[in-house]
Amino acid sequence: MSMLKQTLLASCIALFGAANIAQASEASDASDPHASHNMAKADTAETEIGETKTAQATTQETSDKPWSMADKYWGADAMAKARAHEIETMGGLKTSFIIADRLETQITDGEDVFIWDAQGWYGTDENKLWIKTEGKYSFADNAIDDAEIQALWSKPISRFWDLQTGIRYDFAPKGRTHAVAGIQGLAPYWFEVDAAAFLSNKGELTSSVEAEYDFFLNQRLILQPRGSLKFSAQDIVDLGIGAGFTKYNLGLRLRYEFKREFAPYIGASWQRSLGETAQIVRAGGGDPNKIKLVIGVRAWY
Amino acid sequence: MLNRRRLIQTAAGGGAFLGLTGLVPAWARSADEGNLGIPALSGTNYDLTVGEFPVRINGRAGMAVGINGTIPSPLIRFTEGEEITLNVTNTLAETTSIHWHGLLVPFQMDGVPGVSFPGIKPGETFEYKYSVPQNGTYWYHSHSGLQEPLGMYGPMIIDPKGVDPVKYDREYIIVISDWTFTHPMKLFKKLKSMADGFNYQKRTFPDFMRDAKKNGFGATMKQRAAWNRMRMAQTDISDVTGATYTYLINGRGTKDNWNGVFTPGERVRLRIINAASMSMFNIRIPGLPMTIVAADGLNVRPLEIDEFQMGVAETYDVIIEPKEAKPYAFVAESLDRAGQVVATFGPRPGMRASIPSLREKPLLTMKDMGMDHSSMNMSGDDMAGMDHSQMDMSGDDMSEMDMSGDDMSEMDHSKMNMGPREVLEKKIKRGPGVVNIAEMPVSRLHEPGIGLENVPHRTLKYSDLRSLEPNPDTREPEREIVLHLTSNMERYMWSFNGEKFTHVYDPIKFYEGERVRLTLINNTMMPHPIHLHGMFFDVVNGSKNHKPRKHTMIVKPGEKQSWDISAEHVGDWAFHCHLFFHMLAGMFQVVSLLPKDENNMKMDHSKMDHSKMEKAKMYMEEMEEMDHSKMDHSKMDHSGMEMSK
Repeated sequence: MSMLKQTLLASCIALFGAANIAQASEASDASDPHASHNMAKADTAETEIGETKTAQATTQETSDKPWSMADKYWGADAMAKARAHEIETMGGLKTSFIIADRLETQITDGEDVFIWDAQGWYGTDENKLWIKTEGKYSFADNAIDDAEIQALWSKPISRFWDLQTGIRYDFAPKGRTHAVAGIQGLAPYWFEVDAAAFLSNKGELTSSVEAEYDFFLNQRLILQPRGSLKFSAQDIVDLGIGAGFTKYNLGLRLRYEFKREFAPYIGASWQRSLGETAQIVRAGGGDPNKIKLVIGVRAWY
Repeated sequence: MLNRRRLIQTAAGGGAFLGLTGLVPAWARSADEGNLGIPALSGTNYDLTVGEFPVRINGRAGMAVGINGTIPSPLIRFTEGEEITLNVTNTLAETTSIHWHGLLVPFQMDGVPGVSFPGIKPGETFEYKYSVPQNGTYWYHSHSGLQEPLGMYGPMIIDPKGVDPVKYDREYIIVISDWTFTHPMKLFKKLKSMADGFNYQKRTFPDFMRDAKKNGFGATMKQRAAWNRMRMAQTDISDVTGATYTYLINGRGTKDNWNGVFTPGERVRLRIINAASMSMFNIRIPGLPMTIVAADGLNVRPLEIDEFQMGVAETYDVIIEPKEAKPYAFVAESLDRAGQVVATFGPRPGMRASIPSLREKPLLTMKDMGMDHSSMNMSGDDMAGMDHSQMDMSGDDMSEMDMSGDDMSEMDHSKMNMGPREVLEKKIKRGPGVVNIAEMPVSRLHEPGIGLENVPHRTLKYSDLRSLEPNPDTREPEREIVLHLTSNMERYMWSFNGEKFTHVYDPIKFYEGERVRLTLINNTMMPHPIHLHGMFFDVVNGSKNHKPRKHTMIVKPGEKQSWDISAEHVGDWAFHCHLFFHMLAGMFQVVSLLPKDENNMKMDHSKMDHSKMEKAKMYMEEMEEMDHSKMDHSKMDHSGMEMSK
């Protein structure tokens, strides 16, 4: 019981930390000496963008029909319908996005694997259903070693950051379900960052951070450094994970965008297990330090 | 009426024979297809059928939505003051509408679904009927769905009742637009997903090396870091670029070479309309000056220039006087210079001018972020007041002030003391929809626009435009409304005051009879062509009583720009950015011009002033006092002032 409490507390801390990162990054470039005087002529309610619902309630009291002069020419019903449609359309359209950031074969001696890393969303600026999936297929074993899917609710919390909460289900190794809380967005200098904490139904707390950056060598040839770091709050025996930082991954991929939407790439990926996890790998006869050649494609729609 | 019908039939019929160049109405044909200058035909009765039809653009087949089967749509030409009837039949499966851009129609004829009427349902025929007190070059387009970007736009010419002050021997209409073979909804989806997905002019590593060599590694690093830290791109000039768009003149791409003829020595009037959905253009005719004679339909003092930047939905009439019997290239180059469209004017039909290559790509500067401290010319809060005195006193205008000493002192007095008495400005905060707040917005009317700062020839600046006729209303505004143009490019969110239309419940309110100042502050990194329906506004550009009167203005990045408006035409009017996808993303509002009505006034005043009730009362008392003193002066006929009683 106390174990569960502990992990809950830990996950809260992790979440808080994640939110802080987002806020801090906002604050760092919000050092805006003139901001206050720009707002000197402030009107009434403080309307936080994206949180407009509360402000609406107050303005709505005064005019439940926002503008209605055309009603007397064309009928109130017909106008109400048209008005609702325009209001919904201009700024409220739902769109979707799917990106396979990495679909690649990783080549090392006798241990070639195919990995996928894709995500997509559907929704408005304010609310999105965000799906992420990652996994690994081993050619040698003819089996999927790792596979997970996340279903998240994504909500903007600042200019460049979304807060994402939801669940994750592991298909392989099978069985775990996690509660997920994370942030995803754009850090200063155009780093794309995705950080999340996971609390499994067995009470295990883990987290991961990923970041990537695009160097434009020319308008279509792009070099992308990429890094990820994983952490576990406890030993997870059946997954071969020890408490602490478990592994990091550094990659460098060179892609050519025939279209922005379609880019094959080649590159290298260096994976290293850390601490206790590295010992577990070694004990199992594995190499905690792997360098792989990667060939793949990045595509979005 | 017969003439009109025949013309439309000819347009459709003639178009069918053109085959390769696609279907075009008579006015849009090239000289080699028989258009030797458009005829002065006019009519009062029009049948317009909205539908879907195939087109060929630069030889490639596509599907368009438009009117009477042509891109652009038929010419509507009539005489000022005539009542015209337009029967619009909708053969689409969705609601349609036509908005008469720049026309002072009764608001229920303005054609904006959900604002001025419910729209035209599938299968329905809607009758527009109106007369307007104006003349000049205008245009019309759909205000529904994605119909405008799919090809639903056409020109309107209203001939003056009396003598046209502009003399010309021949005239052509030049409708410039952008065409894509990708469905507009897909473009919008792409912008929402990957806002820079159309930009193939990004700053690259070789660019960096080149700059580092020129300016030093440290300086270049610092410069790049300043932009990258803010997650802003210096090359973010057009959202949708030539990577996707084919730019058109009268429905033809460069390959299809729209061409017009002239006889050397003739004065040729070009009625230029930017009907593009997302593209602004630099317009020039290398080797041939243009004299601007009208802007947004209304006559201006002739102004000879060599190039001008044209916002979406603006219209300009220019006179060209080619002296040599050789072909001239009419070039419309997109703002980001990723594409252009070239037409030809020549002494014989079918000529092809040599096509100039695209010029060096422009880059945004810190000034575009509203952060150029070097240009700070005023301090702190009193911007409105400062602006005011600045514009009213500039030497240029004194000469135009032909009033007696008494009047002047009276006016000065009022100016010094007040400026607009009441300023409504909503507090905006950074957040998901607002990336940047311009720290120090400045007037940029005296600049020609992005990329034209250093061209070696004469350019148009808004500050140089002077209305030909004196302004009908020269009252000082009593009230100022400040609106912020806001965005998050990464999320592709666009709005006024940080609120997308979908979150807007209160319209912007004008009161009949008042003189109101609308001040726009562009906090985004892009120029926006902002359009106000139903009325002309006087651009506060340094002129006293010859301010240019327009319906659409480019508001540059980091710019603060003011319009003075005489609130006359009661109704609900659309107000929006005319970049189509900005509007679709939420940069749209409604201006409710409320009738003079005591109850209405009182209610709204209390609402507007809220906590400032006391102050408002004081203002109103003051206003009454002012009224009396002003009544004596014949120059100042302020019917609007009565409102305060």
